[in-house]
Amino acid sequence: MNDAPEEYPHDVLVIGAGGAGLRAAIEAAERGASVGLVCKSLLGKAHTVMAEGGVAAAMAHVDERDNWQVHFRDTMVGGKLLNNPRMAELHAKEAPDRVRELELWGAVFDRTRDGRILQRPFGGHTYSRLAHVGDRTGLEMIRTLQDRAVAAGIKVYMECTITHLLARPDRVKGAFGYWRTTGRTVLFPAKAIVLATGGIGRAYQVTSNSWEYSGDGQALAYLAGAELIDMEFVQFHPTGMVWPPGVRGLLVTEAVRGEGGILRNKDGERFMWKYLPEDRRNEYAATDEEATRWVDAQSAGLTTDARRPPELSTRDNVARAIYTEVREGRGSPHGGVFLDISYLPADHVRRKLPSMYDQFKELADVDITAGPMEVGPTTHYMMGGIRVDAETGATTRSGLFAAGEVAAGMHGANRLGGNSLSDLLVFGQRTGAGAAAFAAGQPDLPYVDPTAVRAAVAELVKPFRSTSAAGEGSAGGEADGNVRSEGPGEDPYRLHEELQATMGSLVGIFRTEADLDEAIRRLGDLQARWNDVKISGGRAYNPSWGLVYEIRNMLIVSEAVARSAKERRESRGAHSRIDFPDPDPAWAKQNIAARRTGETMEIMSTPLPALRDDLRQLISTDSH
Amino acid sequence: MSEAHLSVFRGTPSTTGGFVEFDVPVEDGMVVLDALHWIQAHEAPDLAVRWNCKAAKCGSCSAEVNGRPRLTCKTRLTDFEEGETITVEPMRAFPLIRDLVTDVSWNYEVNKRIPPFQPPADQPQESWRWQQEDIERVQEFRKCIECFLCQDVCHVLRNHETERPFIGPRFLVRSAGLEMHPIDTADRTAHLKDEGGIGYCNITKCCTEVCPEHIKITDNAIIPLKERVADKYYDPIQTVWRRLTGKREPLPMVDMPVLPGGTSASDGAATGATGATPPAGDDA
Repeated sequence: MNDAPEEYPHDVLVIGAGGAGLRAAIEAAERGASVGLVCKSLLGKAHTVMAEGGVAAAMAHVDERDNWQVHFRDTMVGGKLLNNPRMAELHAKEAPDRVRELELWGAVFDRTRDGRILQRPFGGHTYSRLAHVGDRTGLEMIRTLQDRAVAAGIKVYMECTITHLLARPDRVKGAFGYWRTTGRTVLFPAKAIVLATGGIGRAYQVTSNSWEYSGDGQALAYLAGAELIDMEFVQFHPTGMVWPPGVRGLLVTEAVRGEGGILRNKDGERFMWKYLPEDRRNEYAATDEEATRWVDAQSAGLTTDARRPPELSTRDNVARAIYTEVREGRGSPHGGVFLDISYLPADHVRRKLPSMYDQFKELADVDITAGPMEVGPTTHYMMGGIRVDAETGATTRSGLFAAGEVAAGMHGANRLGGNSLSDLLVFGQRTGAGAAAFAAGQPDLPYVDPTAVRAAVAELVKPFRSTSAAGEGSAGGEADGNVRSEGPGEDPYRLHEELQATMGSLVGIFRTEADLDEAIRRLGDLQARWNDVKISGGRAYNPSWGLVYEIRNMLIVSEAVARSAKERRESRGAHSRIDFPDPDPAWAKQNIAARRTGETMEIMSTPLPALRDDLRQLISTDSH
Repeated sequence: MSEAHLSVFRGTPSTTGGFVEFDVPVEDGMVVLDALHWIQAHEAPDLAVRWNCKAAKCGSCSAEVNGRPRLTCKTRLTDFEEGETITVEPMRAFPLIRDLVTDVSWNYEVNKRIPPFQPPADQPQESWRWQQEDIERVQEFRKCIECFLCQDVCHVLRNHETERPFIGPRFLVRSAGLEMHPIDTADRTAHLKDEGGIGYCNITKCCTEVCPEHIKITDNAIIPLKERVADKYYDPIQTVWRRLTGKREPLPMVDMPVLPGGTSASDGAATGATGATPPAGDDA
């Protein structure tokens, strides 16, 4: 068997083809770089396709009071001031241009009455700010970027999994992996590498994330020596489906609340009134009547002086509220709460929320125009990730860049809905430019040490039970794979289940030091067992093979989440410690970083980037 | 239903392949994809299945369930009778990779050749104003999740395994989304007529029947495109008019189907997604 990998050199290699990866690839190509775009799935299937509600940009089409300063302030307040302020500033300033650019490339957003891009309200945003297409905004965005990338002639490597970054102390030199369709190995020598692999949701059992979200980029960066920050901040989206069990965790877009959806417990109480934080209460309606006026104005496309309903509080707050209602015995029959939009005209609901209508009708036999949905929190988004430079997306490793959910800093301790799609565009563009500039400064492709490649190949095929099965695509176990071969070794599916159970029960919405210690201990055990993982079957399209490396990645990010969560002895944003229930001003100035030192994970606190005085004033002002 | 009985195709291009039977315990709300995942985790760890979101948004998990092209993430086990065997096979219009996974790369190649979106050079973006009702048709086409079920069911594609003369319903929908975009200026009629092979479609509407996004592919996309091609290439008055004026006429939205076997005018392009589903064609 010849295991010498195929080789595809590029100036810039982008790993991940969601919104951030596509936008980075387009930018790098437009700047003259030879670009390769690697995706674990088919092009156009990345997680961005699932984004529903919209893309946040202060274009002021619906409410002329909006501007980048207010968007910046909302983002920082939502992130509990733990954001990298420069990232939040660039994001707020550049998001409108990035959205207009999508339109220039063929995107067809919903329209205002005067024919411009329509914007909808969302949790934590002062004004109606989310450009959207019904509730399938992510699909519109990914298709537009995909078409643009295709027109730009970018080379796309589909169904290709990267398992190793090849790095030397000075810099990153390439990426190694295999074709999922054949199992053959492949090497991408590159002057610059952009990680755009998304989040970590598959480390949890109840998640809105697709199978691809296994922390690949965070783990690859960590293994290559780059720094991770803010890993304790995992966003639990307040509204996932809770029933039937087969769809538990599936996202129910925040747009339901943006369009007027009301949360109630089993007693019919509109419980969000109780959970509004005191210092923000004046931003929300005071009565049901005021909230109704706000919804009526929104539905009619009019501005209003009524303040927004309590359901549009930030995601961390709404998720905790729902969790608490359920825990205290006021939940719905299947362990969630009720979300009701059925009081609005059925036509309006179907037009504004078409895929939600279909989703509940087809998967739960519930007509959301006729009655309430049952919803509960679901693991949704990773605020933490790879530490990057705001201007260029450069990580702490030379030649390695990151953008999108895999990068950290933009969202601080809690992300506002709609700020993810804009993040992908703004920092995808900046990172593509940063990587192209870095590559242009490198005269030659880096030399990739064949010894390192051989070591990666050996590690890749190690989990196969027998040497015969480790052969190329057509090896044994093809048509009779229902017979499981016996013998020692750990089953990747079991390890994954146990990992998810550990994270769900011990590193969830509410945390304690004892739970986190137990989680760290169990993750260590799982790590030891992972070393003995064994799989059967051939190489071609063998899902258990892919799972082995995804578990390696999920174990790394899970350990970083648990250790960072233990270190942060306060509650802030999405990180809630029962043993430290309040925010601590000392922690407000620190990011927690995780870095590989030898074979162990080192956890450090590092000072927050400085906040310029002019930006500080924007946050403290209440004159918006 | 406490247990579902699945018969799942397993095989590779180089082996004969065949069906393997599995009994899967059933929970409320389970879909066929859940059953396939259960099989992977308990019976056949290397069973090849392509999937991503499990939320009917990405269009990855297409297969033929009891002979019908479907998203396995949207096909509930309770759709079948108690004790009925649920047969799951890969899409037949594409070459097999392994088990339920097929090679759909042909679609990506076809897509590359469609003339891309072309905004007007003389109309700055700041001046663009479109009304919601002007874009609803285009938005219908842009709902497509590229599951390729319409390609799979299309008899033209099934009957031409190689050297396909027809780009298939998916790419007529994409072309229609571009052609009917309020400010696009490119002309794709030549591409549709020649390389696109739009004439091969004889409007059996099988594609519309299987679309999980309920796009009225035939009525709203294909028939109006056929009209545009016919107007441009086969209408003598238009040809003379174009010669006289020396410019491309903006083509009107067509709401009268012209070909027999189509549909009534009221169900055509003008009414859009709200119309009732017309009777299906009889060709699979």
